[in-house]
Amino acid sequence: MLKLTMGQWIGLGVFLAAIFIAVPALIAASGRTDFYFTLTSVALLSIASAGVWLMFYIGRINIGQGAFALIGAYVSAILVTKAGMSFWLTLPIAGLFAAFVAVLIGLPILRLRGVYFAMISLVLTQVVTLTALALPITNGAKGITSIPLPGAISIFGLTLVPDFASMENSRLAFYYTACFLMVLTFAAMYRLVNSRLGHICRSMQQNEELAASIGINIAYIRIVVFAISSFFGGIGGAMFGSIAQSVYPSTFVVTDSVNFMLNCFLGGLGYVFGPMLGTLVLYFGWDLLFESGKYQLLIYSSLLIAAMLVLPNGLLSLRLDMFRRSGK
Amino acid sequence: MSALLEVKAVTKRFGGLTANHNISFDVAENEILSVIGPNGAGKSTLFKMISSFLPTTSGEVLFKGERISNLKPHIVARKGVVRTFQETTIFKSMTVRESVIVAQHLRAKASLAGYFWGSKTALADVAAFGAYADELIDFLGLGDIRNELASNLPQGHLRALGIAIGLATDPTVLLLDEPFAGMNHDETMQMVALVKKVRDDRGVTVLLVEHDMPAVMNISDRIVVLNFGEMIAEGTPTQIQNNEKVIEAYLGSADDEIGV
Repeated sequence: MLKLTMGQWIGLGVFLAAIFIAVPALIAASGRTDFYFTLTSVALLSIASAGVWLMFYIGRINIGQGAFALIGAYVSAILVTKAGMSFWLTLPIAGLFAAFVAVLIGLPILRLRGVYFAMISLVLTQVVTLTALALPITNGAKGITSIPLPGAISIFGLTLVPDFASMENSRLAFYYTACFLMVLTFAAMYRLVNSRLGHICRSMQQNEELAASIGINIAYIRIVVFAISSFFGGIGGAMFGSIAQSVYPSTFVVTDSVNFMLNCFLGGLGYVFGPMLGTLVLYFGWDLLFESGKYQLLIYSSLLIAAMLVLPNGLLSLRLDMFRRSGK
Repeated sequence: MSALLEVKAVTKRFGGLTANHNISFDVAENEILSVIGPNGAGKSTLFKMISSFLPTTSGEVLFKGERISNLKPHIVARKGVVRTFQETTIFKSMTVRESVIVAQHLRAKASLAGYFWGSKTALADVAAFGAYADELIDFLGLGDIRNELASNLPQGHLRALGIAIGLATDPTVLLLDEPFAGMNHDETMQMVALVKKVRDDRGVTVLLVEHDMPAVMNISDRIVVLNFGEMIAEGTPTQIQNNEKVIEAYLGSADDEIGV
Protein backbone atom coordinates (compact mmCIF):
# COMPACT_ATOMS: atom_id res chain seq x y z
CA MET A 1 0.00 0.00 0.00
CA LEU A 2 1.19 3.45 0.86
CA LYS A 3 4.92 3.42 1.29
CA LEU A 4 6.33 6.42 3.10
CA THR A 5 9.92 7.02 4.08
CA MET A 6 10.86 7.58 7.71
CA GLY A 7 11.16 11.31 7.07
CA GLN A 8 7.72 11.44 5.55
CA TRP A 9 6.14 9.63 8.50
CA ILE A 10 7.80 12.10 10.87
CA GLY A 11 6.63 15.01 8.75
CA LEU A 12 3.09 13.65 8.76
CA GLY A 13 3.18 13.16 12.53
CA VAL A 14 4.45 16.68 13.16
CA PHE A 15 1.83 18.13 10.83
CA LEU A 16 -1.04 16.23 12.47
CA ALA A 17 0.17 17.16 15.95
CA ALA A 18 0.45 20.79 14.88
CA ILE A 19 -3.05 21.14 13.48
CA PHE A 20 -4.89 18.96 16.00
CA ILE A 21 -3.00 19.73 19.23
CA ALA A 22 -0.60 22.67 18.96
CA VAL A 23 -2.92 25.10 17.17
CA PRO A 24 -5.88 24.63 19.56
CA ALA A 25 -3.48 24.88 22.52
CA LEU A 26 -1.95 28.09 21.19
CA ILE A 27 -5.34 29.59 20.51
CA ALA A 28 -6.54 28.69 24.01
CA ALA A 29 -3.40 30.23 25.53
CA SER A 30 -3.65 33.45 23.56
CA GLY A 31 -7.43 33.72 23.76
CA ARG A 32 -7.68 34.61 20.08
CA THR A 33 -10.63 32.32 19.37
CA ASP A 34 -11.38 34.29 16.19
CA PHE A 35 -8.48 32.37 14.64
CA TYR A 36 -10.62 29.24 14.67
CA PHE A 37 -12.89 30.67 12.01
CA THR A 38 -9.93 31.81 9.90
CA LEU A 39 -8.14 28.49 10.11
CA THR A 40 -11.33 26.52 9.50
CA SER A 41 -11.89 28.60 6.38
CA VAL A 42 -8.34 27.94 5.24
CA ALA A 43 -8.84 24.19 5.68
CA LEU A 44 -12.08 24.19 3.72
CA LEU A 45 -10.84 26.47 0.96
CA SER A 46 -7.76 24.30 0.61
CA ILE A 47 -10.03 21.30 -0.03
CA ALA A 48 -11.68 23.16 -2.91
CA SER A 49 -8.25 24.32 -4.11
CA ALA A 50 -7.06 20.71 -4.10
CA GLY A 51 -9.70 20.00 -6.75
CA VAL A 52 -8.40 22.84 -8.91
CA TRP A 53 -4.88 21.52 -8.47
CA LEU A 54 -5.98 18.11 -9.73
CA MET A 55 -7.33 19.76 -12.88
CA PHE A 56 -3.95 21.41 -13.40
CA TYR A 57 -2.52 17.93 -13.14
CA ILE A 58 -4.31 16.83 -16.31
CA GLY A 59 -3.47 20.12 -17.99
CA ARG A 60 -6.67 22.10 -17.48
CA ILE A 61 -6.88 25.54 -15.86
CA ASN A 62 -10.09 25.45 -13.85
CA ILE A 63 -11.34 28.90 -12.83
CA GLY A 64 -14.80 27.58 -12.02
CA GLN A 65 -14.38 25.87 -8.67
CA GLY A 66 -16.55 28.53 -7.01
CA ALA A 67 -19.48 27.19 -9.01
CA PHE A 68 -19.15 23.73 -7.51
CA ALA A 69 -18.54 25.08 -4.01
CA LEU A 70 -21.74 27.10 -4.34
CA ILE A 71 -23.64 24.09 -5.66
CA GLY A 72 -22.40 22.03 -2.72
CA ALA A 73 -23.35 24.73 -0.22
CA TYR A 74 -26.87 25.03 -1.64
CA VAL A 75 -27.49 21.28 -1.91
CA SER A 76 -26.52 20.78 1.72
CA ALA A 77 -28.45 23.84 2.94
CA ILE A 78 -31.62 22.88 1.05
CA LEU A 79 -31.53 19.27 2.23
CA VAL A 80 -30.95 20.32 5.84
CA THR A 81 -33.56 23.10 5.97
CA LYS A 82 -36.27 21.74 3.63
CA ALA A 83 -35.91 17.96 3.97
CA GLY A 84 -34.66 17.97 7.55
CA MET A 85 -31.78 15.66 6.74
CA SER A 86 -28.72 15.32 8.95
CA PHE A 87 -25.90 17.59 7.82
CA TRP A 88 -23.46 14.68 7.85
CA LEU A 89 -25.58 12.86 5.29
CA THR A 90 -25.92 15.94 3.10
CA LEU A 91 -22.14 16.44 3.01
CA PRO A 92 -21.37 13.49 0.71
CA ILE A 93 -24.58 14.15 -1.25
CA ALA A 94 -23.44 17.74 -1.85
CA GLY A 95 -20.09 16.45 -3.12
CA LEU A 96 -21.70 13.82 -5.34
CA PHE A 97 -24.21 16.29 -6.75
CA ALA A 98 -21.41 18.71 -7.62
CA ALA A 99 -19.57 15.81 -9.28
CA PHE A 100 -22.72 14.89 -11.21
CA VAL A 101 -23.10 18.46 -12.50
CA ALA A 102 -19.41 18.40 -13.42
CA VAL A 103 -19.95 15.31 -15.56
CA LEU A 104 -22.85 16.95 -17.41
CA ILE A 105 -20.94 20.19 -17.99
CA GLY A 106 -17.64 18.44 -18.57
CA LEU A 107 -18.82 16.27 -21.44
CA PRO A 108 -18.99 19.20 -23.86
CA ILE A 109 -16.40 21.59 -22.39
CA LEU A 110 -13.52 19.29 -21.44
CA ARG A 111 -12.60 18.92 -25.12
CA LEU A 112 -11.34 22.48 -24.92
CA ARG A 113 -7.76 23.09 -23.91
CA GLY A 114 -5.63 25.88 -22.53
CA VAL A 115 -7.12 29.31 -22.40
CA TYR A 116 -10.39 28.17 -24.02
CA PHE A 117 -11.23 25.82 -21.17
CA ALA A 118 -10.13 28.45 -18.66
CA MET A 119 -12.45 31.04 -20.18
CA ILE A 120 -15.47 28.72 -20.22
CA SER A 121 -14.82 27.61 -16.65
CA LEU A 122 -14.59 31.25 -15.59
CA VAL A 123 -18.19 31.71 -16.72
CA LEU A 124 -19.47 28.76 -14.69
CA THR A 125 -19.38 30.55 -11.32
CA GLN A 126 -21.41 33.41 -12.72
CA VAL A 127 -23.92 30.98 -14.24
CA VAL A 128 -24.43 29.20 -10.91
CA THR A 129 -24.72 32.52 -9.05
CA LEU A 130 -27.38 33.73 -11.50
CA THR A 131 -29.19 30.39 -11.33
CA ALA A 132 -29.25 30.63 -7.53
CA LEU A 133 -30.74 34.12 -7.85
CA ALA A 134 -33.44 32.92 -10.22
CA LEU A 135 -34.59 29.60 -8.76
CA PRO A 136 -37.38 29.52 -6.16
CA ILE A 137 -35.78 26.63 -4.22
CA THR A 138 -32.63 28.66 -3.50
CA ASN A 139 -34.73 31.59 -2.30
CA GLY A 140 -33.12 34.13 -4.65
CA ALA A 141 -31.00 36.97 -3.30
CA LYS A 142 -32.31 36.43 0.24
CA GLY A 143 -30.48 33.11 0.27
CA ILE A 144 -30.96 30.38 2.85
CA THR A 145 -30.36 31.52 6.40
CA SER A 146 -30.62 30.09 9.92
CA ILE A 147 -29.30 26.70 8.84
CA PRO A 148 -29.21 24.51 11.96
CA LEU A 149 -25.81 23.39 13.18
CA PRO A 150 -24.78 19.81 12.38
CA GLY A 151 -26.39 17.24 14.64
CA ALA A 152 -24.85 14.25 16.35
CA ILE A 153 -23.55 11.13 14.62
CA SER A 154 -24.13 7.95 16.53
CA ILE A 155 -23.80 4.33 15.55
CA PHE A 156 -25.55 1.69 17.72
CA GLY A 157 -26.17 4.26 20.42
CA LEU A 158 -22.50 5.23 20.55
CA THR A 159 -22.05 8.93 19.92
CA LEU A 160 -19.14 9.49 17.57
CA VAL A 161 -19.71 13.19 17.00
CA PRO A 162 -21.80 15.16 19.50
CA ASP A 163 -24.50 17.62 18.48
CA PHE A 164 -22.77 20.87 17.48
CA ALA A 165 -25.64 22.97 18.87
CA SER A 166 -25.21 21.55 22.35
CA MET A 167 -21.52 22.35 22.45
CA GLU A 168 -20.01 25.22 24.33
CA ASN A 169 -17.46 25.75 21.63
CA SER A 170 -18.76 24.76 18.21
CA ARG A 171 -15.92 26.70 16.61
CA LEU A 172 -13.44 24.16 17.87
CA ALA A 173 -15.65 21.32 16.61
CA PHE A 174 -15.85 22.91 13.18
CA TYR A 175 -12.10 23.41 13.20
CA TYR A 176 -11.49 19.74 13.96
CA THR A 177 -14.01 18.61 11.35
CA ALA A 178 -12.52 20.86 8.67
CA CYS A 179 -8.98 19.71 9.48
CA PHE A 180 -10.09 16.09 9.41
CA LEU A 181 -11.68 16.54 5.99
CA MET A 182 -8.60 18.38 4.76
CA VAL A 183 -6.27 15.59 5.92
CA LEU A 184 -8.53 13.02 4.24
CA THR A 185 -8.60 15.01 0.99
CA PHE A 186 -4.87 15.47 0.79
CA ALA A 187 -4.19 11.86 1.76
CA ALA A 188 -6.40 10.78 -1.15
CA MET A 189 -4.67 13.26 -3.45
CA TYR A 190 -1.24 12.07 -2.40
CA ARG A 191 -2.21 8.48 -3.02
CA LEU A 192 -3.74 9.29 -6.40
CA VAL A 193 -0.77 11.30 -7.61
CA ASN A 194 1.75 8.68 -6.51
CA SER A 195 -0.13 5.77 -8.02
CA ARG A 196 -0.35 4.80 -11.67
CA LEU A 197 -3.40 7.10 -11.94
CA GLY A 198 -1.11 10.06 -11.32
CA HIS A 199 1.25 8.76 -13.97
CA ILE A 200 -1.64 8.61 -16.44
CA CYS A 201 -2.73 12.15 -15.49
CA ARG A 202 0.81 13.41 -16.06
CA SER A 203 0.94 11.74 -19.47
CA MET A 204 -2.25 13.59 -20.42
CA GLN A 205 -0.89 16.87 -19.09
CA GLN A 206 2.22 16.49 -21.21
CA ASN A 207 0.66 15.24 -24.41
CA GLU A 208 -2.96 14.26 -24.86
CA GLU A 209 -2.55 12.92 -28.38
CA LEU A 210 0.30 10.63 -27.43
CA ALA A 211 -1.70 9.49 -24.41
CA ALA A 212 -4.62 8.63 -26.69
CA SER A 213 -2.34 6.77 -29.08
CA ILE A 214 -1.20 4.39 -26.34
CA GLY A 215 -4.79 3.47 -25.61
CA ILE A 216 -5.70 5.81 -22.75
CA ASN A 217 -9.33 6.89 -22.91
CA ILE A 218 -8.50 10.53 -22.40
CA ALA A 219 -12.11 11.74 -22.53
CA TYR A 220 -13.04 9.35 -19.72
CA ILE A 221 -10.08 10.25 -17.50
CA ARG A 222 -10.79 13.95 -18.00
CA ILE A 223 -14.39 13.48 -16.87
CA VAL A 224 -13.37 11.39 -13.86
CA VAL A 225 -10.80 13.96 -12.75
CA PHE A 226 -13.22 16.86 -13.27
CA ALA A 227 -15.81 14.98 -11.20
CA ILE A 228 -13.30 14.38 -8.37
CA SER A 229 -12.24 18.02 -8.54
CA SER A 230 -15.84 19.18 -8.29
CA PHE A 231 -16.56 16.69 -5.51
CA PHE A 232 -13.88 18.43 -3.44
CA GLY A 233 -15.43 21.77 -4.35
CA GLY A 234 -18.88 20.58 -3.28
CA ILE A 235 -17.62 19.20 0.05
CA GLY A 236 -15.71 22.38 0.85
CA GLY A 237 -18.68 24.56 -0.06
CA ALA A 238 -21.21 22.52 1.92
CA MET A 239 -19.08 22.64 5.06
CA PHE A 240 -18.55 26.36 4.59
CA GLY A 241 -22.30 26.98 4.39
CA SER A 242 -22.84 24.99 7.54
CA ILE A 243 -20.33 27.06 9.51
CA ALA A 244 -21.74 30.35 8.30
CA GLN A 245 -25.23 28.88 8.86
CA SER A 246 -26.27 30.67 5.68
CA VAL A 247 -25.83 30.51 1.93
CA TYR A 248 -26.28 33.39 -0.48
CA PRO A 249 -25.68 33.59 -4.24
CA SER A 250 -22.67 35.73 -3.32
CA THR A 251 -21.16 33.15 -0.93
CA PHE A 252 -18.85 32.04 -3.74
CA VAL A 253 -18.27 34.47 -6.59
CA VAL A 254 -15.87 34.68 -9.52
CA THR A 255 -13.19 36.18 -7.25
CA ASP A 256 -13.31 33.03 -5.11
CA SER A 257 -12.86 30.87 -8.20
CA VAL A 258 -9.83 32.94 -9.17
CA ASN A 259 -8.48 32.63 -5.63
CA PHE A 260 -8.78 28.83 -5.71
CA MET A 261 -6.60 28.88 -8.80
CA LEU A 262 -4.14 31.36 -7.29
CA ASN A 263 -3.79 29.16 -4.20
CA CYS A 264 -2.53 26.38 -6.45
CA PHE A 265 -0.17 28.66 -8.35
CA LEU A 266 1.25 30.14 -5.18
CA GLY A 267 1.73 26.83 -3.39
CA GLY A 268 3.16 25.10 -6.42
CA LEU A 269 1.58 23.09 -9.22
CA GLY A 270 4.18 20.36 -8.90
CA TYR A 271 3.44 19.57 -5.27
CA VAL A 272 0.37 17.84 -3.87
CA PHE A 273 0.46 19.98 -0.73
CA GLY A 274 0.89 23.17 -2.75
CA PRO A 275 -2.78 24.19 -2.59
CA MET A 276 -2.80 23.78 1.20
CA LEU A 277 0.16 26.07 1.74
CA GLY A 278 -1.02 28.46 -0.96
CA THR A 279 -4.44 28.85 0.66
CA LEU A 280 -2.90 29.49 4.07
CA VAL A 281 -0.47 32.11 2.81
CA LEU A 282 -2.94 33.82 0.53
CA TYR A 283 -5.72 33.94 3.14
CA PHE A 284 -3.50 35.22 5.93
CA GLY A 285 -1.59 37.51 3.59
CA TRP A 286 -4.80 39.28 2.69
CA ASP A 287 -5.85 39.63 6.33
CA LEU A 288 -2.43 40.84 7.50
CA LEU A 289 -2.51 43.60 4.90
CA PHE A 290 -5.81 44.87 6.29
CA GLU A 291 -3.92 47.55 8.24
CA SER A 292 -2.73 49.14 5.02
CA GLY A 293 -6.28 50.29 4.30
CA LYS A 294 -6.94 51.47 0.79
CA TYR A 295 -3.55 50.18 -0.43
CA GLN A 296 -4.40 46.62 0.61
CA LEU A 297 -5.24 45.35 -2.88
CA LEU A 298 -2.30 47.14 -4.48
CA ILE A 299 0.28 45.70 -2.07
CA TYR A 300 -1.36 42.30 -2.13
CA SER A 301 -1.35 41.97 -5.90
CA SER A 302 2.18 43.38 -6.20
CA LEU A 303 3.45 40.79 -3.73
CA LEU A 304 1.60 38.07 -5.63
CA ILE A 305 3.16 39.09 -8.93
CA ALA A 306 6.58 39.25 -7.28
CA ALA A 307 6.09 35.79 -5.78
CA MET A 308 5.21 34.32 -9.15
CA LEU A 309 8.20 35.97 -10.82
CA VAL A 310 10.70 34.89 -8.19
CA LEU A 311 9.18 31.46 -7.52
CA PRO A 312 7.43 30.37 -10.71
CA ASN A 313 7.09 26.83 -9.37
CA GLY A 314 5.40 27.94 -6.17
CA LEU A 315 6.41 28.33 -2.55
CA LEU A 316 7.12 24.64 -2.07
CA SER A 317 9.89 24.74 -4.68
CA LEU A 318 11.85 26.76 -2.13
CA ARG A 319 11.86 23.86 0.29
CA LEU A 320 12.93 21.33 -2.35
CA ASP A 321 15.77 23.53 -3.53
CA MET A 322 17.09 23.64 0.01
CA PHE A 323 16.94 19.86 0.16
CA ARG A 324 18.85 19.57 -3.08
CA ARG A 325 21.55 21.95 -1.97
CA SER A 326 22.09 19.99 1.21
CA GLY A 327 22.84 17.02 -1.02
CA LYS A 328 19.65 14.99 -0.85
CA MET B 1 -0.47 -13.72 -47.92
CA SER B 2 -3.65 -12.77 -46.16
CA ALA B 3 -4.48 -9.13 -45.62
CA LEU B 4 -4.18 -7.95 -42.02
CA LEU B 5 -5.04 -4.34 -42.67
CA GLU B 6 -7.23 -3.27 -45.59
CA VAL B 7 -7.56 0.30 -46.77
CA LYS B 8 -10.74 0.37 -48.86
CA ALA B 9 -11.59 3.27 -51.16
CA VAL B 10 -10.65 5.85 -48.53
CA THR B 11 -11.35 9.47 -49.44
CA LYS B 12 -10.75 12.61 -47.39
CA ARG B 13 -11.97 16.07 -48.30
CA PHE B 14 -11.21 19.25 -46.37
CA GLY B 15 -13.84 21.61 -47.76
CA GLY B 16 -13.03 21.81 -51.47
CA LEU B 17 -9.62 20.18 -51.13
CA THR B 18 -9.37 16.45 -51.73
CA ALA B 19 -6.44 15.25 -49.63
CA ASN B 20 -6.97 11.56 -50.40
CA HIS B 21 -9.02 10.20 -53.25
CA ASN B 22 -10.18 6.60 -53.41
CA ILE B 23 -7.09 4.99 -51.88
CA SER B 24 -7.12 1.19 -51.62
CA PHE B 25 -4.37 -1.21 -50.61
CA ASP B 26 -3.76 -4.14 -48.27
CA VAL B 27 -1.07 -4.71 -45.66
CA ALA B 28 -0.11 -8.35 -45.15
CA GLU B 29 0.87 -9.80 -41.83
CA ASN B 30 4.51 -9.31 -40.85
CA GLU B 31 5.44 -7.08 -43.76
CA ILE B 32 6.93 -3.60 -43.87
CA LEU B 33 4.89 -1.44 -46.17
CA SER B 34 5.80 2.16 -46.89
CA VAL B 35 3.57 4.92 -48.12
CA ILE B 36 5.64 7.49 -49.99
CA GLY B 37 4.96 10.58 -52.04
CA PRO B 38 6.12 14.16 -52.48
CA ASN B 39 5.19 16.81 -49.91
CA GLY B 40 1.46 17.41 -49.84
CA ALA B 41 0.64 14.07 -51.43
CA GLY B 42 -1.72 13.23 -48.56
CA LYS B 43 0.46 10.72 -46.71
CA SER B 44 -0.05 12.17 -43.27
CA THR B 45 -3.79 12.52 -43.78
CA LEU B 46 -4.03 8.86 -44.76
CA PHE B 47 -1.96 7.93 -41.73
CA LYS B 48 -4.26 9.84 -39.40
CA MET B 49 -7.34 8.19 -40.89
CA ILE B 50 -5.90 4.70 -40.39
CA SER B 51 -5.31 5.48 -36.70
CA SER B 52 -8.69 7.26 -36.37
CA PHE B 53 -7.06 10.57 -35.48
CA LEU B 54 -9.10 11.92 -38.42
CA PRO B 55 -12.45 10.64 -39.69
CA THR B 56 -12.70 9.54 -43.32
CA THR B 57 -15.04 11.32 -45.72
CA SER B 58 -15.86 8.00 -47.37
CA GLY B 59 -14.39 4.53 -47.51
CA GLU B 60 -13.15 2.51 -44.56
CA VAL B 61 -10.12 0.84 -43.03
CA LEU B 62 -10.43 -2.76 -41.85
CA PHE B 63 -8.19 -4.55 -39.38
CA LYS B 64 -8.72 -8.33 -39.28
CA GLY B 65 -11.99 -7.66 -41.07
CA GLU B 66 -13.20 -5.14 -38.46
CA ARG B 67 -13.64 -1.47 -39.23
CA ILE B 68 -11.12 0.74 -37.39
CA SER B 69 -11.69 4.03 -39.19
CA ASN B 70 -13.97 6.74 -37.77
CA LEU B 71 -13.52 5.48 -34.21
CA LYS B 72 -11.56 7.00 -31.33
CA PRO B 73 -7.73 6.70 -31.33
CA HIS B 74 -7.63 4.83 -28.02
CA ILE B 75 -10.09 2.22 -29.32
CA VAL B 76 -7.98 1.61 -32.42
CA ALA B 77 -4.93 1.28 -30.18
CA ARG B 78 -6.84 -1.22 -28.04
CA LYS B 79 -7.51 -3.34 -31.14
CA GLY B 80 -3.79 -3.47 -31.87
CA VAL B 81 -3.12 -0.71 -34.41
CA VAL B 82 -0.83 1.86 -32.79
CA ARG B 83 0.75 4.93 -34.31
CA THR B 84 3.92 6.76 -33.35
CA PHE B 85 4.50 10.47 -33.76
CA GLN B 86 7.33 12.62 -34.94
CA GLU B 87 9.83 13.42 -32.24
CA THR B 88 8.19 16.59 -30.95
CA THR B 89 5.29 14.57 -29.59
CA ILE B 90 6.68 13.07 -26.40
CA PHE B 91 6.09 13.14 -22.65
CA LYS B 92 8.62 15.92 -22.08
CA SER B 93 8.92 15.76 -18.30
CA MET B 94 9.12 11.99 -18.04
CA THR B 95 12.21 9.85 -18.22
CA VAL B 96 12.58 7.21 -20.91
CA ARG B 97 11.64 4.50 -18.44
CA GLU B 98 8.62 6.39 -17.10
CA SER B 99 7.38 6.96 -20.65
CA VAL B 100 7.64 3.29 -21.50
CA ILE B 101 5.93 2.35 -18.23
CA VAL B 102 2.96 4.64 -18.71
CA ALA B 103 2.64 3.44 -22.31
CA GLN B 104 1.80 -0.06 -21.11
CA HIS B 105 -1.73 1.07 -20.37
CA LEU B 106 -3.21 -1.63 -22.59
CA ARG B 107 -1.37 -4.37 -20.70
CA ALA B 108 -3.04 -3.34 -17.43
CA LYS B 109 -5.18 -5.97 -15.75
CA ALA B 110 -6.23 -3.95 -12.70
CA SER B 111 -8.98 -1.32 -12.73
CA LEU B 112 -8.24 2.37 -12.19
CA ALA B 113 -9.67 2.12 -8.66
CA GLY B 114 -7.41 -0.88 -8.08
CA TYR B 115 -4.38 1.35 -8.66
CA PHE B 116 -5.72 3.83 -6.12
CA TRP B 117 -6.28 1.26 -3.38
CA GLY B 118 -3.20 -0.75 -4.33
CA SER B 119 -4.97 -4.06 -5.05
CA LYS B 120 -2.94 -7.21 -5.60
CA THR B 121 -3.56 -7.13 -9.35
CA ALA B 122 -2.45 -3.51 -9.46
CA LEU B 123 0.77 -4.25 -7.58
CA ALA B 124 1.48 -7.17 -9.91
CA ASP B 125 0.80 -4.88 -12.89
CA VAL B 126 3.18 -2.22 -11.64
CA ALA B 127 5.96 -4.78 -11.17
CA ALA B 128 5.31 -6.27 -14.62
CA PHE B 129 5.31 -2.82 -16.24
CA GLY B 130 8.72 -2.04 -14.78
CA ALA B 131 10.21 -5.34 -15.92
CA TYR B 132 8.77 -5.08 -19.42
CA ALA B 133 9.91 -1.46 -19.73
CA ASP B 134 13.47 -2.55 -18.95
CA GLU B 135 13.21 -5.35 -21.49
CA LEU B 136 12.00 -3.00 -24.24
CA ILE B 137 14.55 -0.35 -23.38
CA ASP B 138 17.37 -2.88 -23.68
CA PHE B 139 15.87 -4.29 -26.87
CA LEU B 140 15.93 -0.85 -28.49
CA GLY B 141 19.39 -0.01 -27.15
CA LEU B 142 18.22 2.80 -24.85
CA GLY B 143 19.75 1.29 -21.73
CA ASP B 144 22.24 4.08 -21.12
CA ILE B 145 19.60 6.80 -21.13
CA ARG B 146 16.76 5.05 -19.35
CA ASN B 147 16.64 7.63 -16.55
CA GLU B 148 17.18 10.63 -18.79
CA LEU B 149 14.33 13.13 -19.22
CA ALA B 150 12.78 12.91 -22.68
CA SER B 151 13.20 16.66 -23.17
CA ASN B 152 17.00 16.25 -22.93
CA LEU B 153 17.28 13.60 -25.64
CA PRO B 154 18.67 14.12 -29.15
CA GLN B 155 16.52 13.39 -32.19
CA GLY B 156 17.74 9.86 -32.86
CA HIS B 157 17.00 8.72 -29.34
CA LEU B 158 13.61 10.39 -29.43
CA ARG B 159 12.65 8.38 -32.50
CA ALA B 160 13.71 5.18 -30.75
CA LEU B 161 11.77 6.30 -27.66
CA GLY B 162 8.72 6.86 -29.87
CA ILE B 163 9.03 3.30 -31.11
CA ALA B 164 9.53 2.04 -27.55
CA ILE B 165 6.32 3.80 -26.48
CA GLY B 166 4.49 2.27 -29.44
CA LEU B 167 5.86 -1.22 -28.75
CA ALA B 168 4.91 -0.98 -25.08
CA THR B 169 1.26 -1.26 -26.12
CA ASP B 170 1.88 -4.72 -27.64
CA PRO B 171 0.71 -3.66 -31.09
CA THR B 172 -0.06 -5.97 -34.00
CA VAL B 173 0.48 -3.16 -36.49
CA LEU B 174 2.80 -0.25 -35.78
CA LEU B 175 2.31 2.92 -37.83
CA LEU B 176 5.50 4.98 -38.03
CA ASP B 177 5.25 8.65 -38.95
CA GLU B 178 8.35 9.68 -40.96
CA PRO B 179 10.86 7.76 -38.84
CA PHE B 180 13.82 8.90 -40.95
CA ALA B 181 12.99 12.58 -41.42
CA GLY B 182 15.88 14.93 -40.80
CA MET B 183 18.42 12.15 -40.21
CA ASN B 184 21.81 11.79 -41.87
CA HIS B 185 22.77 8.63 -43.72
CA ASP B 186 24.28 6.77 -40.78
CA GLU B 187 21.42 7.59 -38.44
CA THR B 188 18.95 6.53 -41.11
CA MET B 189 20.66 3.19 -41.58
CA GLN B 190 20.65 2.57 -37.81
CA MET B 191 16.94 3.37 -37.74
CA VAL B 192 16.29 1.07 -40.71
CA ALA B 193 18.03 -1.73 -38.85
CA LEU B 194 15.97 -0.97 -35.73
CA VAL B 195 12.66 -1.06 -37.58
CA LYS B 196 13.60 -4.34 -39.26
CA LYS B 197 14.54 -5.74 -35.86
CA VAL B 198 11.16 -4.73 -34.48
CA ARG B 199 9.44 -6.60 -37.31
CA ASP B 200 11.68 -9.67 -37.19
CA ASP B 201 12.03 -10.15 -33.43
CA ARG B 202 8.66 -8.88 -32.26
CA GLY B 203 6.51 -10.03 -35.18
CA VAL B 204 5.06 -6.55 -35.57
CA THR B 205 3.65 -5.52 -38.93
CA VAL B 206 4.96 -2.08 -39.88
CA LEU B 207 3.26 0.56 -41.99
CA LEU B 208 5.35 3.67 -42.41
CA VAL B 209 4.98 7.03 -44.04
CA GLU B 210 8.19 8.53 -45.33
CA HIS B 211 9.79 10.52 -48.08
CA ASP B 212 13.42 9.46 -47.68
CA MET B 213 13.67 7.39 -50.88
CA PRO B 214 16.86 5.36 -50.28
CA ALA B 215 15.70 4.33 -46.80
CA VAL B 216 12.29 3.32 -48.07
CA MET B 217 13.81 1.25 -50.91
CA ASN B 218 16.03 -0.48 -48.39
CA ILE B 219 13.44 -1.25 -45.74
CA SER B 220 10.17 -1.96 -47.52
CA ASP B 221 8.67 -5.23 -48.68
CA ARG B 222 6.17 -3.24 -50.67
CA ILE B 223 5.59 0.43 -51.40
CA VAL B 224 2.48 2.49 -52.06
CA VAL B 225 3.01 5.80 -53.86
CA LEU B 226 0.71 8.78 -53.48
CA ASN B 227 0.70 11.95 -55.53
CA PHE B 228 -1.79 14.81 -55.17
CA GLY B 229 -3.99 12.58 -53.01
CA GLU B 230 -4.19 9.83 -55.63
CA MET B 231 -2.55 6.44 -55.39
CA ILE B 232 -0.38 6.15 -58.48
CA ALA B 233 1.53 2.94 -57.88
CA GLU B 234 1.91 -0.08 -55.65
CA GLY B 235 4.58 -2.77 -55.72
CA THR B 236 7.98 -4.01 -54.62
CA PRO B 237 10.86 -1.52 -54.38
CA THR B 238 12.22 -2.70 -57.75
CA GLN B 239 8.85 -2.29 -59.44
CA ILE B 240 8.44 1.18 -57.96
CA GLN B 241 11.91 2.29 -59.05
CA ASN B 242 11.05 1.45 -62.64
CA ASN B 243 7.53 2.79 -62.59
CA GLU B 244 7.17 5.69 -65.05
CA LYS B 245 4.37 7.37 -63.15
CA VAL B 246 6.50 7.44 -60.00
CA ILE B 247 9.51 8.83 -61.79
CA GLU B 248 7.27 11.46 -63.32
CA ALA B 249 5.79 12.40 -59.94
CA TYR B 250 9.17 12.81 -58.30
CA LEU B 251 11.15 14.36 -61.15
CA GLY B 252 8.39 15.96 -63.18
CA SER B 253 7.67 15.00 -66.80
CA ALA B 254 9.26 16.75 -69.75
CA ASP B 255 6.34 19.11 -70.44
CA ASP B 256 5.66 19.85 -66.78
CA GLU B 257 8.95 21.32 -65.67
CA ILE B 258 7.58 24.39 -64.00
CA GLY B 259 4.68 23.90 -61.66
CA VAL B 260 5.39 21.25 -59.11
